[in-house]
Amino acid sequence: MNELIKFVETTLTDKQRSDIPAFKAGDTVNVHVKIKEGNKERVQQFQGVVIQRKNPNTNGETFTVRKISNGVGVERIFPLLSPSIEKIEVVRLGKVRRARLYYLRGKQGKAARIKERIVEK
Amino acid sequence: MSGIIGKKIGMTSIFSATGHSVPCTVIEAGPCVVTQVKSLETKDGYVAVQLGYGEIKEKNATKPMLGHFKKAGTTPKRKLVEFKNFEKELQLGDEVRVEDVFEEGEFVDIVGTSKGKGFQGVVKRHGFGGVGQATHGQHNRLRAPGSIGAASYPARVFKGLRMAGRMGGKRVKVQNLRVMKIIPEKNLLIVKGAVPGAINSLLIIEK
Repeated sequence: MNELIKFVETTLTDKQRSDIPAFKAGDTVNVHVKIKEGNKERVQQFQGVVIQRKNPNTNGETFTVRKISNGVGVERIFPLLSPSIEKIEVVRLGKVRRARLYYLRGKQGKAARIKERIVEK
Repeated sequence: MSGIIGKKIGMTSIFSATGHSVPCTVIEAGPCVVTQVKSLETKDGYVAVQLGYGEIKEKNATKPMLGHFKKAGTTPKRKLVEFKNFEKELQLGDEVRVEDVFEEGEFVDIVGTSKGKGFQGVVKRHGFGGVGQATHGQHNRLRAPGSIGAASYPARVFKGLRMAGRMGGKRVKVQNLRVMKIIPEKNLLIVKGAVPGAINSLLIIEK
């Protein structure tokens, strides 16, 4: 990538990549999103499994979080560097064998479980 | 009309104050040098300034142009552009920088040379719909232009009828692009949206 483009991307985004915890597909995260209602601002949480990370290492990097809400699968796509994301908490690490977990969409309950990844020290 | 000459660096996205991701083009704008000042008093008879941008080797400049650059006291430049009624008073040899001409939040027009597409048919070149059906007896007419006129009267095809041909590689002006950010230390101008041309192609930015 062009150096000047890199310079623009690093200087014009308030968020630093180093402040964001490392997580990958299969991990369970809790995303704190700022929501504006009229002129009041509050924080909403969205917890679920990360099923993919797209356009890595660019300003437009996004990740998709999937959760089952009242028996209905809900997926939300967040821009990683968006200022409206207050915090990303990694709740649980998952052990999966691919980068895009689209297969979870067709599975329910027990079949949609993900093994825990144990990090060796 | 004020303006500056620049070079397309590429595209990226930045987050606006409202948290939206905005597609942006990064342009290296200037610094330019005033290579000629035209005024009512001289034989030019109108008010304009000529700016130069981009370095070239001395051996690649013609002798008459070398004399022109010598008069302004600068090195040979790649591109010269004239701006009529420049909003600032400028002297021969002055340096013009991005932050002198533009402000964040205002709208600019950008002129560039679009990417050449080669010989293209009417569907891509003029947005024709094609025949619309692949079945019902159609055979190899899917992207054809259709009728190009009547028969024995007028007995000719009208001039300027839209047909297949060379596409792109032309001067294109995109109007009303918002200036998102100016970074004076690196001579960078960041505008919302796309601008014509390939990366590293020269652009004229007007206000």
